[in-house]
Amino acid sequence: MEEILIRFLIGGFTVSFFALLGDLFKPKSFAGLFGAAPSVALATLALTVTKDGAQYASIEARSMIISALAFFFYACCLSWMMMRLPYGALRVSLSLLILWAVVAFGAWWMVLS
Amino acid sequence: MRVRIDFSSLKQTSWQQVSVRFICGGLATVVAGLVARKYGPVLGGLFLAFPAILPASATLIEKHEKQRKERAGVHGEVRARKAAGVDAAGAATGSIGLLVFAALIAGLIAVHRPFMIIALATISWLLVSLMLWQLRKRT
Repeated sequence: MEEILIRFLIGGFTVSFFALLGDLFKPKSFAGLFGAAPSVALATLALTVTKDGAQYASIEARSMIISALAFFFYACCLSWMMMRLPYGALRVSLSLLILWAVVAFGAWWMVLS
Repeated sequence: MRVRIDFSSLKQTSWQQVSVRFICGGLATVVAGLVARKYGPVLGGLFLAFPAILPASATLIEKHEKQRKERAGVHGEVRARKAAGVDAAGAATGSIGLLVFAALIAGLIAVHRPFMIIALATISWLLVSLMLWQLRKRT
């Protein structure tokens, strides 16, 4: 339980920090870079290295290469849909999480499983 | 357009919005840890590049842009959606940096000092993202 709480706090802090950086910068295309900051990865890897060792972190990062690719598809589709379709950001960004999951888990199944 | 820092945008962000992003980030990190614990690091690692901030950021940008346009007396829905789209395009550029970050960690963390590699990978994410953003701006 204590580990979960520590993960939650470190993850929340790291993600909020990068989101704050994104809020500060203009123009929006530059600020958007911080939307793809390795915030969850930094929080997780720091804890993983301490607890499970570097080899374990290396295996996690190998899978992260695949999910970063899924992130790229997610962000491209989000951008395209926001520019061209009359739907709100919340609806589009949450629905597209399914796309992220399909690409990430699909590629994982084909390449790593 | 030149890159600049605008502190006034912080005033537009409410504590509720900050809390939402904190909770999303915290939950994504907890889920990544729990999945790795239960199903192993191969599956758990997928959650390290989960788009935790993007839905909240896109919604926030759309809302702020819409409010700004409405204060100026015009309908800002289309402009607001486009602003969120531009932000997401920036995230797509940054995700290539994220891929480089992951590749460096995967290849080097087990053979060098881990925290030095994490720092190096983070700097690389930033440099690759900045370089690609510059390239995209020029084309």
